[in-house]
Amino acid sequence: MSWTWFHRLGSPPYIYGLARRLTPWLAWPAGALIVAALYGGLVLAPPDYQQGDGFRIIYMHAPSAWMSLMVYTTMAVAAAVGLIWRIKVAHAVAASCAPIGASFTLAALVTGSLWGEPMWGTWWEWDPRLTSELILLFLYLGYMGLRGAIEDAQRADRTSAVLAVVGVVNVPIIHYSVTWWNSLHQAPSVMRVGKPTLSTAMLVPLLMMLLGFTLYFAAVLLVRLRAEILNRERSASWVREVVGT
Amino acid sequence: MGGYAAFVWPAYAVTLAVALLNVAWARRALARSVAAARRRLAGGGDS
Repeated sequence: MSWTWFHRLGSPPYIYGLARRLTPWLAWPAGALIVAALYGGLVLAPPDYQQGDGFRIIYMHAPSAWMSLMVYTTMAVAAAVGLIWRIKVAHAVAASCAPIGASFTLAALVTGSLWGEPMWGTWWEWDPRLTSELILLFLYLGYMGLRGAIEDAQRADRTSAVLAVVGVVNVPIIHYSVTWWNSLHQAPSVMRVGKPTLSTAMLVPLLMMLLGFTLYFAAVLLVRLRAEILNRERSASWVREVVGT
Repeated sequence: MGGYAAFVWPAYAVTLAVALLNVAWARRALARSVAAARRRLAGGGDS
């Protein structure tokens, strides 16, 4: 089996060009899906029989939480690839993921609080799901802080990559926390064995929103990745063509 | 919003603000990297 395609992905000029070409193909569908999902979630989906219109926070909270976990997993996989195969581009991917993931983890925590107050009567509990999600935020911030604190780029890559890989154990803990332990947070409605427990009219906008945010992440990641690659490819000749001097 | 407006709308505002800020942040990072690369290349050496 030819591994050329894999090795090409490690080439900074190739990835830079690919990222530039792919970004609009991800960004526009992402925007369209998110707008359509907003309409579906705010207008078309009926109110919940218990939570009324309050349940509509799900269309912001669930995608934010999904982003926080998906982005961390992507970051950890990229970090592992960088450590194992010593591919600079992989470290650049991991570095690009961190700010995106951290901000959506914060959004998940804030929207969760906004949902928890009217439904559970509390803004915060040291509950397994909430606590492990907060730890995820600290892992993201720790990764970014560690990176920023080490001057040598290679050491910064490798040290922060170890943190990212070790921290990935938190991802399944967050997901299974609501089934393993007593939690205020409800059990999974979508990512579960068997049919989702939401009605179709509520589920479809949610799935559209999840897909829309995933494509959005890919688009934003590719923009950040180009910046990371340029920062690392100091005097490479291909850079001259790309930035136009 | 059935009495939940004070919770639902801020949730939408926060998430959409984070989404828009990430786009702006990424674009700014790229613009800075391009400018830095141009300066390095114009300077004729590594900085």
